[in-house]
Amino acid sequence: MNTPLLQVAGLTKRFGGIAAVNNVSFDLQAGRIVGLIGPNGAGKTTLVNLITGVHQASSGSLRFNGEDVSGQRPFESALRGLSRTFQIVQPFPKMSVLDNVAAGALYAGRSPSLHQARDEAMEHLEFVGLRALANRPAASLTLPSRKRLELAKSLAMRPKLLLLDEVNAGLNSAEIVAAIELIRAIAARGITVLLIEHLMKVVFSLCDDLLVLHHGELIARGEPQTVANDPTVIEAYLGSKYAQRMAG
Amino acid sequence: MKRSIAVFIVFAIAIALVPLGGNNFFVQQATFVAMYCTLALSWNLIGGYAGYPSFATAAFVGLGAYAGALLQNAGIPMVFAWAGATLVTGVFAALLGFGLLRMKGHYFAVGSISIVEVLRLIASSWSSLTGGGEGLNLPILAGGPEFAGRLYLFAMLSMMVIAFGMTVWVDRGRLGFGLRCIEQNEDAADMVGINVTRYKTMGFTLSALCCGTVGAISASWVAYIAPTDAFSILMTLKVPVMVLLGGPGTILGPVIGATGFVLLEQTVWAQFLDYNQAALGIVIVLLIFFLPGGLLGLTRRTSRIPATAAHPVSQEPPAATGHPAAVETVTQAQSSKGVHA
Repeated sequence: MNTPLLQVAGLTKRFGGIAAVNNVSFDLQAGRIVGLIGPNGAGKTTLVNLITGVHQASSGSLRFNGEDVSGQRPFESALRGLSRTFQIVQPFPKMSVLDNVAAGALYAGRSPSLHQARDEAMEHLEFVGLRALANRPAASLTLPSRKRLELAKSLAMRPKLLLLDEVNAGLNSAEIVAAIELIRAIAARGITVLLIEHLMKVVFSLCDDLLVLHHGELIARGEPQTVANDPTVIEAYLGSKYAQRMAG
Repeated sequence: MKRSIAVFIVFAIAIALVPLGGNNFFVQQATFVAMYCTLALSWNLIGGYAGYPSFATAAFVGLGAYAGALLQNAGIPMVFAWAGATLVTGVFAALLGFGLLRMKGHYFAVGSISIVEVLRLIASSWSSLTGGGEGLNLPILAGGPEFAGRLYLFAMLSMMVIAFGMTVWVDRGRLGFGLRCIEQNEDAADMVGINVTRYKTMGFTLSALCCGTVGAISASWVAYIAPTDAFSILMTLKVPVMVLLGGPGTILGPVIGATGFVLLEQTVWAQFLDYNQAALGIVIVLLIFFLPGGLLGLTRRTSRIPATAAHPVSQEPPAATGHPAAVETVTQAQSSKGVHA
């Protein structure tokens, strides 16, 4: 088997006495869509923050593309090809939609000039369906559009691994269907995706593999069907009624 | 952008032509205008582009003045002393910025103003080096006051042109774009791959360089420096006000603000000797309430994002080369907007 794209070993993050992420280990193979699920407060976002350098781990190690990246800072993670979206979107509010995406292309995406970064940004905006809004200030976008902007920005960073933190939260069902298509199209470009998601419909239709986090610990991993039938997961997260519905 | 540069060139030529009038008073005023334009353009790099409200201008000017004076008194030719002062100030700012720029907003503002006070105290206490409260005398330039006045005018004018060139370079390049991102959302800037510590330190250092030179030039000009004049709190407050008056984060705003402010100060405020600082306070309050984008903001409502307006956006639907999902999502995003509203 090839070297995994991301290797997480014994990763732990303590905030005071609480271990938000506790001794989590897993590997991510390139080219897959992996779901990260778990109840609120399970430590999913903290795990993403650890992987992208927003928080420094209390202990454990992180390897990306075979390279030890423990202790990296967010901009270093971005330059290495690890990009992410935020659960609470983080635009540059007064800058245009185009320049928001161009920023991703110019720095992490290593575009040689601002002009070229803007050209690339336009392509990414077209891909996510925001081309018509390119010259509007980012602050004027609606929530679904802002989520798309986050996606376009992270794509412009030319990621090898894209971590999507609840990109579908707050969207209606028509928008979710569109978002699923979009994530599939992203994966089809060869980008590995780690998807934090609460909506089982999305998880089961997209993911090759699932990781389940509960109280900061990894309680299960495997193919969606296997995980959904795992009694620990049902107990901790899915609930027995949901499991029966899935089985039936 | 091109129009702003053209306006600046005309303005610089106008200043260069002032000595033809032959009046030493106007030459002196023009020197002040060029000097404050330089300081305002410099402040704009960190305060306007990066959004870090620095009050360290007088610290750099004072440091440059003392460095220049000490070098000149040590026998180094004037122009080399100015260059040395620039270098000293730049290194100081780079080291200082590394620590100071960890603070944000009010904390950074207070931290930066304290640098002025700390340096002033050092200058007044370290008598063996700086002459303490008695100050330092510098050699007076040979050639008579008229010649000296012109020389210093052209020295300040050159600094103004350099500071403007630096601003244009920053504005067009990666550094300026990155500083703008930092101004908007520093965490997001970090996440798109901008080394924010390095960018901020570069912006801060660039904003200090010309201040150091200006300090050294004005020390030679006045031929005497003392701690309270060199590290002037009033100057450190005035420069940001000038930029706010003109339009922060633009290339021409600082020039307009500084020129307007100096002329206003000389003509109107000289009439109110006792209250001119109160007048400064009123100007600050009025600016904050009525002109957050500066005078340039009056002419351009969207002065923050002029560069993108030039980028063509076709209104036609996404081309067939795009991914099929894109077409589908555009229509859905549009139709869903009505539902949400």
